[in-house]
Amino acid sequence: MTQPTAFAGLRRDAEALAAPLPPLLADAEHLAASVMTGAHGRRRVGQGDEFWQYRPSHAGDEARMVDWRRSARSEDALFVREKEWQAAQSVMLWLDMGQSMQFSSHKDIPSKAAEARRLALALSVLLIRGGERVGLTNLGMPPRAGQVQLMRLTTAFATETDAADYAIPDLKAAPLRSRAVFISDFMGPFEPVEQAVTRAADRGISGAILQVLDPQEEAFPFDGRTIFESMGGSLRHETLKAGDLRDRYLDRLSERKDALRGLARSIGWQFHTHHTGTAASAALLWLYTALERGH
Amino acid sequence: MWTIGPVGFTAPWLLLGLVLLPILWLLLRAVPPAPIRRMFPGVALLLGLTDDETQTDRTPWWLLLLRTIAIAAAIIGFAGPVLNPKVETAGDGRLLVLIDGGWPEAQDWARRMDRVEALLNEAGQAGRETALVSLTDLPADGALVFQTADAIASQLPGVLPQAWLADEAEILPWLEGLDGAFDTFWLSDGLGHDWRDPALAALRDRGSVTVFESPRPVVGIKPASFVDGNIEIEAVRSRTASDAVIGVMAHGLDPNGTPRQLARLDIEMAAGEASTSGTLALPAELRNRVTRFEIEGVRSAGAVSLTDDSLRRREVAILSAREEREGLQLLSPTHYLEQALVDTADLIDGAIEDIVLANPDVIILADIVTLAGGETEALAEWISKGGLLLRFAGSRLAASDYGRDEEDVLMPVRLRAGGRTVGGAMSWGEPKALRQFGPESPFFGLAVPQDVTVSSQVMAQPDPTLAERTIASLADGTPLVTRKRIDQGQVVLFHVTANADWSTLPLSVLFVQMLERLAVSTQSSALTAEDLEGTTWSLDQTLTGFGEIVDAGTLPGVPGERLAEEAPGPDLPPGLYSGENRRIALNVLDREASLTPAVWPADIAVEGFAVQEETPLAGIALSLALIALMVDIIAALALSGRLTGATAAALIALLLAAPQPAEAQEGQDIEKLLAATSEVRLAYVITGDARLDETSEAGLRGLSDVLFRRTSIEPNAPVAVDLEQDELSVFPFLYWPVTETQPRPSSDAYAKLNRYLRTGGMILFDTRDASTSGFSTATPNGRRLQQLALPLDIPPLEPIPSDHVLTRTFYLLQDFPGRFVSRDVWVEAAPEDAERVEGMPFRNLNDNVTPVVIGGNDWAAAWAVDTRGAPMFPVGRGFAGERQREIAYRFGVNLIMHVLTGNYKSDQVHVPALLDRLGQ
Repeated sequence: MTQPTAFAGLRRDAEALAAPLPPLLADAEHLAASVMTGAHGRRRVGQGDEFWQYRPSHAGDEARMVDWRRSARSEDALFVREKEWQAAQSVMLWLDMGQSMQFSSHKDIPSKAAEARRLALALSVLLIRGGERVGLTNLGMPPRAGQVQLMRLTTAFATETDAADYAIPDLKAAPLRSRAVFISDFMGPFEPVEQAVTRAADRGISGAILQVLDPQEEAFPFDGRTIFESMGGSLRHETLKAGDLRDRYLDRLSERKDALRGLARSIGWQFHTHHTGTAASAALLWLYTALERGH
Repeated sequence: MWTIGPVGFTAPWLLLGLVLLPILWLLLRAVPPAPIRRMFPGVALLLGLTDDETQTDRTPWWLLLLRTIAIAAAIIGFAGPVLNPKVETAGDGRLLVLIDGGWPEAQDWARRMDRVEALLNEAGQAGRETALVSLTDLPADGALVFQTADAIASQLPGVLPQAWLADEAEILPWLEGLDGAFDTFWLSDGLGHDWRDPALAALRDRGSVTVFESPRPVVGIKPASFVDGNIEIEAVRSRTASDAVIGVMAHGLDPNGTPRQLARLDIEMAAGEASTSGTLALPAELRNRVTRFEIEGVRSAGAVSLTDDSLRRREVAILSAREEREGLQLLSPTHYLEQALVDTADLIDGAIEDIVLANPDVIILADIVTLAGGETEALAEWISKGGLLLRFAGSRLAASDYGRDEEDVLMPVRLRAGGRTVGGAMSWGEPKALRQFGPESPFFGLAVPQDVTVSSQVMAQPDPTLAERTIASLADGTPLVTRKRIDQGQVVLFHVTANADWSTLPLSVLFVQMLERLAVSTQSSALTAEDLEGTTWSLDQTLTGFGEIVDAGTLPGVPGERLAEEAPGPDLPPGLYSGENRRIALNVLDREASLTPAVWPADIAVEGFAVQEETPLAGIALSLALIALMVDIIAALALSGRLTGATAAALIALLLAAPQPAEAQEGQDIEKLLAATSEVRLAYVITGDARLDETSEAGLRGLSDVLFRRTSIEPNAPVAVDLEQDELSVFPFLYWPVTETQPRPSSDAYAKLNRYLRTGGMILFDTRDASTSGFSTATPNGRRLQQLALPLDIPPLEPIPSDHVLTRTFYLLQDFPGRFVSRDVWVEAAPEDAERVEGMPFRNLNDNVTPVVIGGNDWAAAWAVDTRGAPMFPVGRGFAGERQREIAYRFGVNLIMHVLTGNYKSDQVHVPALLDRLGQ
């Protein structure tokens, strides 16, 4: 093959690859715009720009640290002006890339994967705007700040998939005492999730668990003789009367939710269930505040 | 055919398929509904769950039953079930096929012949000897000839229905004369006849009798009669069980001489009515051209009624010398003529020239002697083309020298001077009676009343031709009525007056009869034998049994009495008979005719109706199968979980497709009408262009405000008018902006618009193109205006003249600007003769409101104000523009004033003149 043709092919592939990126990012930014970011203070004294408090000076304070304007108003004491500690923190995202996330019950409802990616990227946008560092555990991508990291995340979200039906969370490259967000439908086996979360808690990582579910998964509106197959085709279950299974399925689903909620509570994490087809901004807001609340 | 109880099957072998049903049951039972494959991530949670019920892997029993029923119904349906099947029984021995053979059978002749053919086939297969006899065409020697069925079948095409009914006097002797045993298959015409029962008895003596009757009723129409200026047509039918509509068509020649349908009348017969008459109002011209009435879609002689001269009203012109003097009617020379003719002829008045142009049938000159120069030639020419000139004598004729020395072209004989008077006070003898009419006379056969006497008359000069020209004479032989033929026409002279001065003839019935014989008048009632006694008629056109009219060929003449009295028969076929001056139609049904259905004894098998009772059930069975399959579809969907909400909703929507209520619309209409009538409202036509409609509304609102402020007209908010639906008559004024996209109103809407324009409404057409086109087709709006206005009843138009009343109804105006300034505003043209009267500043123009004003100045935009009362569109520039807007408003005010007050201002200009006159 001649070189121009190869080049053209490369170019074409690259364009096809890049095609979903701007919409995904734009979508995420659009979603992120619905959350007003404030200064991301640590609610304690430290390095930063924002005023935190005046405190009386004590021995050891340098003279240049004294706020003379405040001190002049008092009788005899000298005050020191303290700033709020504003430090970037690391947030590690784990996004379920498994096949089960590809499910969408209706053409108007986005798939769980699309919804999860949008939410994750929107959260990333918010965090990076707030000066935090964001990483992706799926790829072992270490937390970094800045627009470049956002682009890397976008690329990763748009391209990365997992062939397995149900992905297992991992926490590669998660720094100690950082924050973590797990986004998945948590339909797969529960033990790996439990192990991963417990291990994370052991490493001092706090965070949030977001379960993304399709409305059909909550309703189970099936009847008649049905063969259910998982998205990847690895699992199948045949029933002659699907309607009879509804109650038992719903029981199991709420059991799973309770287990996740209990797990989260036991280690001080947050848990929330989001349904595709409902407003994503609510879930984003919850995610954002859940990360705020953690400290 | 194989029968179980009342049900027979046309294809009984198919019923063997029912054996397969149990196998089907087992098969269906073994095959459960196919599962649906679904992608579902939650399957991980489902693993390990088992079904409670295990029997659903088989088809449920009710679904099985449903499917079995469907299949069974289909099999039975295709096997051709028939309820009460017709079981044909073949007889043996000789068979007589008897056909009534009259016109009532013509209307379904083909079907009858098919039946006969089928019968002959059967008889042929059974080897039966058959004979075929039509009662209207009995075998000449009276004996029945039985032949093989094939031979009879070959004669079948030659058997045709006759245009008359069988004659009792011939049938019964013939039936009596039959011998031997045979079965009879009788194709009856369905009508009751007197000879029916004796004939049936005679036939039953010979063997079994089967009757075939058509279930269709026999219909016919009676001769049309002339009642109160309308044609009355009566339709009769033999069966009265149901309502029916009988369409009667009037056929005749159109002015070009082409035969065509001239009119149509629907006669509605309610159940139980055997005869109903309908009236048809036709203009005299059209009525005179009608040659026959025919029932639509029925081929039989009874469904055709030929019209003769009785329906034709002759046009008679009566001219007399004297002007009628009030109070002396009985002395008027034409009084008795008018009385004799007024019921039966159309009388016309006028001068001779005009009358001749109108080409009447008869011109009567009562004692008129002198004719102007041209009139004689005109009359002579008219006579030679077939006119009848009827003259009466009188004192003037007796006193004049007219036609003394040589025969006048308009007189049948030469007259002797003076006339004579008999039986008077100063003369000898008795008043003379009339002599019986001779056989050469057209009056031959009329009875001469003895009280008819003649006291005065004019006398004919003896001439060689006198004898042959005399058609009536007095007892002493002096001519009373003479006649001369001129080419196709004739001149007839009554030697007495047309009133009772000279004779009592005009007082007698004979006078009317004589006029009838002369074809001066035509009688609308039925002719009696007495009327026609002594006349001979020849058949011109004859009716076939199928109701077709064919030329009769040459047949011997028929005496008039038979025409009046006898029913049609072989030697008196129905048709159109012509005599000397007129034609008489002999129709199959006379005026007293009625059609009664035949009544058969209960033990006679009557075929024809049995066909009705034989009900095929295949359709019902197949429908049942289809319905069962439909239910099965729904049930199967429901069972397999495929019946989702959307599918169910669609099914229910299909079932419950209900019509929309239309009452709301009506209520709105009434409210709109009330609102429009309780106050003055300006209205605009909805064009469909929302923006334009909005402008129109705002414009009329602005104009209404101005009217309210400045004048005593206080209109309410303007109304949008939909030409298709709204009532227009409540609006005095319509503003109609023209767009190129506007759809053309329907013809109903145009009818409404035309009514609106004729009854004083006004439409302001606005092309909104500054009249650049001059209303030609140069602009799209101009073209559209032409298309829109084409069907409108618009008078001739002219550009608005400077003295038009619109220029002064409220303001004095010479320009009519809107957003554009164009002088091209068109109104109804002034009459040609409008002239300016001395001393008047204006002409006295139309006495009415101009129905349309057409312009292109976009007035609505100039008038338009928004809800705050501020102008919506700029007009012109600066102060000049505001001035233009003001003038536009003034034009609007003038226009509405003109609409509401008409030509009031026109009248106002006369006030000085009126005051002037009053002062004098």
